[in-house]
Amino acid sequence: MSSQDHEIKKSASVKARRIIAYVVLTLLSILCLFWFYLLIVYATHSHGEVTGDFLALPGKYLGDNWKAINGGSEDILRGLRNSFIVSGANALVCVYFSTMTAYAIHVYDFKGKKFAFTFILMIMMIPTQVTILGFLGLIGKMGLTENFLPLILPAIASPVTFYYLKQYMESALPLALIEAARIDGSGELRTFNTIALPLMKPAIAVQAIFSFVGAWNNYFVPSHVLIKKDQLKTIPILIAQLRSKDFKSFNMASIYLFIALSIFPVIIVYLALSKNIVGGTALGAVKG
Amino acid sequence: MAQKNTSAIPKATKHANARVVRYNKWGYIFLIPFFATFLVFTLYPLVSTVYYSFTDYKKTIFGTMNDPKVVGLENYKYIFQDGRIWKYAGNTMIMWVMGFIPQILVSLLLAQWFSDTRLGLKGSTFFKTVIYMPNLIMAAAFAMLFFALFSTKGPINAMLMKFGWIEKEIEFLQYKWATRSLVAAMNFLMWFGNTTILLMAGIMGIDGSLYEAAEVDGANSWQRFTKITLPLLKPILVYVMITSLIGGIQMFDVPKILTKDGHPADSATTLIMWLNNFVESKHYGRGGALSVVLFVFTGVLSLVVYFVMYRKKGKGAS
Repeated sequence: MSSQDHEIKKSASVKARRIIAYVVLTLLSILCLFWFYLLIVYATHSHGEVTGDFLALPGKYLGDNWKAINGGSEDILRGLRNSFIVSGANALVCVYFSTMTAYAIHVYDFKGKKFAFTFILMIMMIPTQVTILGFLGLIGKMGLTENFLPLILPAIASPVTFYYLKQYMESALPLALIEAARIDGSGELRTFNTIALPLMKPAIAVQAIFSFVGAWNNYFVPSHVLIKKDQLKTIPILIAQLRSKDFKSFNMASIYLFIALSIFPVIIVYLALSKNIVGGTALGAVKG
Repeated sequence: MAQKNTSAIPKATKHANARVVRYNKWGYIFLIPFFATFLVFTLYPLVSTVYYSFTDYKKTIFGTMNDPKVVGLENYKYIFQDGRIWKYAGNTMIMWVMGFIPQILVSLLLAQWFSDTRLGLKGSTFFKTVIYMPNLIMAAAFAMLFFALFSTKGPINAMLMKFGWIEKEIEFLQYKWATRSLVAAMNFLMWFGNTTILLMAGIMGIDGSLYEAAEVDGANSWQRFTKITLPLLKPILVYVMITSLIGGIQMFDVPKILTKDGHPADSATTLIMWLNNFVESKHYGRGGALSVVLFVFTGVLSLVVYFVMYRKKGKGAS
């Protein structure tokens, strides 16, 4: 009798906790989505409307706003193109060479291997900001200012990506397979390109997205590398430029559309692949 | 002794060993891109930044850079004088703490709910997808959006007026604490989903039989949380806190785009915004000194992360 009471009380408390959980989760989801809903609504109204009464529903000035952000020194299409080139190239070199570094540590046995691995983990958290002055001095000497290369090449050494891929390799790349390739006479580089890379595809895809998004959103370093030439500037630099304009003479509605277009490419990729991305977040950090 | 052992190895094995060694040189070859890139684009810049910090390297009135002359600790004296570095460090820390406290509390709660099988939450994939999304948003764009939404003639003021909650528009970005709260709120929104996923992975790693045993002993859900989950989650909590602190020290995009120059009255100027000013005015000596201070500080924090996360398990490279 009393144990039954206990059971009933327990299931009631679970039920209460479940309701609280749903309420809190719903509120938090609204808190996350509300801003983006406003963004979409406001991107479709005119300047006069967005600075007036509150708007809860989309308007019909999307086309006009689109025209307003084409051309000029903050041309949206040129900015998107530049961001795509830099981020795409960044993601490619990042995953290719990080897989190669992970492969070196995973497959081979050599003197100093443990040191190399420890070293990469230790440098994982050096912030790019603290080396920016030396970095700018260097690329100035190399004649690479106003160039995409300084934003792409450093991605070859990405400790976080390396660590994730190394973890994945332990379960996805049996050494016997590499031995078999050797017996068949495959060279080491060829084995890496034709056997290791394809086997690592799922992990590589996740990391490619992460490094693409990281480069896409990067503002600090690009803003000091691409200073003068408008035709090379990436999206975050253009947003900062818009921010420092005089807003009294500016079409606010078109700013909303500009913001929307700079984040939607990432959101679309995310929604298509969210399962892998959310799942991939914890792997690198928690599996030690 | 070692010599004798080597010579005792049968010929065939010795031959195989030589082959393995020949393969293993590829370990070094495959490491070349990483280490060459690191040397050129991180180590060399780091060393020259340290060098700049002891010189008067800067842009002259003619717009060109001068020949650097070593000036000892002048730049360090400069960045520490009138306590400016403390002011900006204070701003950075205040905004970090204001975002981090709700972040860790909410994340712990959500992680606990998501991994509680008895609670059996439906639609958890949907919720996880939604709360993680802000993490991928461009911080500069997100800050620009908040700048527009919270501007005087912006939608938030319009909404508050429409509901009759305020009489007159509030100039949010003219108030020190409103501005800081907005920065903290954005940091919270961008990071609580990510932290939830990390903590969840940690909770999933806890042996389920511990909870069963506790339940048999009559522990309620709060006791299970404080006596089992929290203590066992400690390494991950430390990891989350310190990586978040390292990220906090680097806070730049959000306050920079939201406030442009740390307005009002320098109350939202972070350390990296200060560094950014030195980079823009090409004051490499002073900027260098600030960079070195920040590097040492993050370096110490990183070592803590390394020892908490990677060393203890003793797995190493094997």
